[in-house]
Amino acid sequence: MTAVAPGPANITVMDLARDDLSQVNQDLQKADPRGGPFRVLNPRGAHALACGLTSGIDVEIEGHTGYYCAGMNQAARVTVSGNAGVGVAENMMSGEVWVKGDASQSAGATAHGGLLVVEGNTAARCGISLKGADIVVKGDVGHMSMFLAQAGRLVVLGDAGDSLGDSIYEARIYVRGKVASLGADCIEKEMREEHRTELRDLLERAGCDGVGLDGFRRYGSARQLYHFKAENLDSY
Amino acid sequence: MTDDNWGLRESYSFDRHTIHEIRRAANTGLYRIRGWGAKRKLPTFDDLVFLGASVSRYPLEGYREACDTGVTLGTRYAKKPIELKIPITIAGMSFGSLSAQAKEALGRGASEVGTSTTTGDGGMTQEERGHSTQLVYQYLPSRYGMNPNDLRQADAIEIVVGQGAKPGGGGMLLGQKITERVAEMRTLPEGIDQRSACRHPDWTGPDDLTIKIRELREITNWEKPIYIKCGAARPYYDTMLAVKAGADVVVIDGMQGGTAATQDCFIEHVGIPTLAAVREAVRALKEIDMHRKVQLVVGGGIRSGADVAKALAMGADAVSIGTAALIALGDNDPHYEDEYRKIGSSAGCYEDFQAGNDPAGITTQDPELSKRLDPVKAGHRLANYLRVLTLEVQTLARANGKSDVHNLEPEDLAALTVEAAAMAGVPLAGTSWIPGQGV
Repeated sequence: MTAVAPGPANITVMDLARDDLSQVNQDLQKADPRGGPFRVLNPRGAHALACGLTSGIDVEIEGHTGYYCAGMNQAARVTVSGNAGVGVAENMMSGEVWVKGDASQSAGATAHGGLLVVEGNTAARCGISLKGADIVVKGDVGHMSMFLAQAGRLVVLGDAGDSLGDSIYEARIYVRGKVASLGADCIEKEMREEHRTELRDLLERAGCDGVGLDGFRRYGSARQLYHFKAENLDSY
Repeated sequence: MTDDNWGLRESYSFDRHTIHEIRRAANTGLYRIRGWGAKRKLPTFDDLVFLGASVSRYPLEGYREACDTGVTLGTRYAKKPIELKIPITIAGMSFGSLSAQAKEALGRGASEVGTSTTTGDGGMTQEERGHSTQLVYQYLPSRYGMNPNDLRQADAIEIVVGQGAKPGGGGMLLGQKITERVAEMRTLPEGIDQRSACRHPDWTGPDDLTIKIRELREITNWEKPIYIKCGAARPYYDTMLAVKAGADVVVIDGMQGGTAATQDCFIEHVGIPTLAAVREAVRALKEIDMHRKVQLVVGGGIRSGADVAKALAMGADAVSIGTAALIALGDNDPHYEDEYRKIGSSAGCYEDFQAGNDPAGITTQDPELSKRLDPVKAGHRLANYLRVLTLEVQTLARANGKSDVHNLEPEDLAALTVEAAAMAGVPLAGTSWIPGQGV
């Protein structure tokens, strides 16, 4: 086990300038959720950091992370005070991952549950193949975001790149800014009261105080490509 | 051509099958989707023969002297490698493409003889986990049903880059088979035509794959062997890159490898035959001094102990079977001939695994059809078949003087065709000539 720093919060401090990544991950994976929070120093872009967590612990990472930070997260609350590399919170099942900076490609890819918040921007394919998680991006999202997204919600306060929601299934997308283009079978849909309620809840959970619902548009599947049809050729 | 009129001549280029396909395409506007693997004539292991013992080497007694068949997969990095009693594994096939009974039968049969079975697109079922003593969990581009808890309860992880039937293509499962349970496992609307992703959503090249493998190892405490499965596209380079990325095991699946549903043009026209792929994969491993350190599993059209023995002789550590395993369970059983004919097929030709109306109850989600397959009896048939394959491999190994099936070597082989000699890198029978290697 890594060093425990003195202090009222009983914070366990892990320092990747000193500690082995695998040991840090194992300690986090085995951590008792009744204990205090964990702080990870000097991540220096380490890959696969804080992945595979299984209990409701709090992990604060002080710096930038590499690929797959908090990958496959279950129950834990992970905060990255920096930027996150490719696939942050990929295949998350539950819990919460909060990135204070920007996130690279495939943020929240295939995630089944939980909440991913990115305070900055994300690169391409944010929410690709999403399977039920919620993602709130306070900046912009790159092209092909929500490609093949099956379930879950994406909220974008900024703009969305090309081919948003390409081949989307039953996931829902809310964008406040401009959408460069929509992907195959993705259309703008009516914002009904149930969607406004849902959006309000997501914004609140992501700490978007003072952000109103004005300007948000909803996008989802036209459900025209769910079955093979010869006349769909032009859609691909 | 008809039997009673010799004046009629069928076109070689436009034979009846081709004409039928053009007419079908014209009528439906859709490409042909089917199951099974490549059906056209290809160079195969049948084009090789074992030389057997002679004055220069002596055989082992067929019924008395031991001939080991066990193999350990995952010795490179995994803390808990897989120990198989026989060098034949069951390839990945999904619940969804197969009935729950068929998956259970595969697990039962494999477990009975001490080998592993493999999940498929769509995740792991508890029936499957429960009946498989050694279960390989496939990690696929779609990540349908991907769950870290299942990852941890697997015995090995197979990262699927591609499969022999469709290198470069994603999974496919048509609406007839997307039942409520399958839809729920895959988080899809019930009844849709599922077309899986063909690329992984969070990595693209070998450098990213290295990091992905690290993540999987971190999450599973470095215990599980990690396989990388590729369709036989560029096996020399794919094998090298898989090893570079950190694989414990490389799985190469030739173009005869089966599928539950894929475009016919993909099945028949993409990828290379298994025979050609093995030699290239082994060449790569030997060049980087990783042969036998990273294990090689070869699949795609393996039918007999002779096929297994030839693959091992060429340098594979184990083989995987899919289509043959389904046949052992009862696929294409003549007992159902009347029913095959009702759906426009015939026992021996049935390939419409995508349709979900398999009379044998294997490639279906129909509860009534599924009930036809008794998983206990079918599992035992599979075990019998696996035993026969193993006995055949031992027979051939002993005949070549080997006390372990893994001691079979290319020098035990000769090729019957120039093509096979070139692909397998063994001499044309009766000569010392290997095409491309001079003299």
